[in-house]
Amino acid sequence: MEIKSYKGKFNFIRRRITNVVMLSISFLAAIITIAPLVLIFYYTISKGIANLNINFFTKLPTPVGESGGGMVNAIVGTLILIAIGGGIGIPVGIFSGVYLSEFGKNKFGAIVRFFADVLSGIPSIVVGVVAYTLVVIPMRHFSALAGGIALAILMIPTITRTTEEMIKLVPHSFREAGLALGIPKWKITLMIVLKTAWKGIATGILLGLSRAAGETAPLLFTSLGNRFWSTSIFQPIASLTVYIYQYASSPFKDWNDQAWTAALVLIILISLLSLVFRIITRSKYKT
Amino acid sequence: MTFNTKTNNDFEVKPSHPRHDSVKISVNNLSAYFGKTKVLKDISIAIPEKKVLAIIGPSGCGKSTFLRSLNRMHEVVGGTITGSIIFDGEDIMKQDPVYLRRKIGMVFQKPNPFPTMSIFNNVVAGLKLNGFHNKKALAEIVEKSLIQAALWDEVKDILHKSGANISGGQQQRLCIARTIAVNPEVILMDEPASALDPLSTTKIEELIFELKKDYTIVIVTHNMQQAARVSDFTAFFYMGELIEYSETKKMFVAPVKKQTEDYITGRFG
Repeated sequence: MEIKSYKGKFNFIRRRITNVVMLSISFLAAIITIAPLVLIFYYTISKGIANLNINFFTKLPTPVGESGGGMVNAIVGTLILIAIGGGIGIPVGIFSGVYLSEFGKNKFGAIVRFFADVLSGIPSIVVGVVAYTLVVIPMRHFSALAGGIALAILMIPTITRTTEEMIKLVPHSFREAGLALGIPKWKITLMIVLKTAWKGIATGILLGLSRAAGETAPLLFTSLGNRFWSTSIFQPIASLTVYIYQYASSPFKDWNDQAWTAALVLIILISLLSLVFRIITRSKYKT
Repeated sequence: MTFNTKTNNDFEVKPSHPRHDSVKISVNNLSAYFGKTKVLKDISIAIPEKKVLAIIGPSGCGKSTFLRSLNRMHEVVGGTITGSIIFDGEDIMKQDPVYLRRKIGMVFQKPNPFPTMSIFNNVVAGLKLNGFHNKKALAEIVEKSLIQAALWDEVKDILHKSGANISGGQQQRLCIARTIAVNPEVILMDEPASALDPLSTTKIEELIFELKKDYTIVIVTHNMQQAARVSDFTAFFYMGELIEYSETKKMFVAPVKKQTEDYITGRFG
């Protein structure tokens, strides 16, 4: 059989060139992928480290023009907001994930799955407006609770879908082994299936919490922000992200600097959260 | 057909079937379905107490379905049955499946110890998850079950390690220990050695020989030599039908039906 397109050496050179070009493009894309993260770390650390002292973690913000001060209220506020969001979002997410994987092979399950997927794509500012309408307006004032609810709504789809996928990965043979031992199904789900899938579910929870911790837009309408010390969930509460937004866009140099420090603290906070999760979920056994 | 459901012994025995002194489970006109597909056709069989019954037959003949019908695991995958299976004087379909499965335990083809549990907790999983927490009693049961499963000497120093970290053969014996720990009356084994090496297979077979002193055992196997070695009675299934049921010795020496002979001598299947 005659091969028409065979061009011998020319073909070989062309392939070499194509190889080099494609390899270069891939490498460049890889660099572009890591560049933003490197830049983010570089800028937040270099600009934020100057103000990173004990005052930042212990003092309240000072009025404009007065130097010094910290953001203890915002750090505690962010933690409270994550706690409320997680307190609502984690159980709802896990339970609905369990429902979808164990009992969701019907039309209702498909609808829930579809809604969860759509919800995860809704812009966070829209979620903020909804929380404003549902919580802030009836209560007649901004509150940490409203902020927490907005964050919970953002977390739920991530946790639900991760939980479902992780539970689906647990081999059916473990469930059968449990059933054959005369263990009721709900105990198998709780003590065997969830336990086996726990590590993956924890990753989903962590993703949800980290995303919630970094949200600003939904908080602008809900928890608003607070220049004073407050831990009440029924009052407006300060948060690092809202401070970053306000301080970074202000005309004052020392506020801009503090915004960088707040960003650095937020990144450290999320990293710590991730570390704590890794330790908690570390398996007793090497697998 | 007349049979009294009060005792297991009173029921019609087909003339060609072996007679037993004591019947543990009597299966009468059992048909099993997946949706509309009939995978078992009108099976009647008396399972003798404290003996080993081997089910042989080519792939897809309904062996596993038959086994899984006995502890109502067939319905877990959406199957249905007709006919009756009498255990403890009552039709199993009228019994609570959760309690039934504590009395009729099951060992699967692939060893499936719980990876998140230690060896110790694997053995007593069935007890602990059902609310039994007496530590001293649990430790005794672990030791007793592992000794019975011929695994104690190999794992007694690593009881706290994961059940997934031991060899495949050891995992399978761990699964047997886990089944024994619940104190069943019947143990169903679905090709328990087919995923294991020859040495582990020998160990499992020796174990079955020991276990039949205390338990009624039904074993499904592809391996005819294995059936010949471990069982007292053998039932040959083909295309969802029970072709022949007799004493193992008789079946392998002088099968009555042509199909059985062909299968045993390796002419098909």
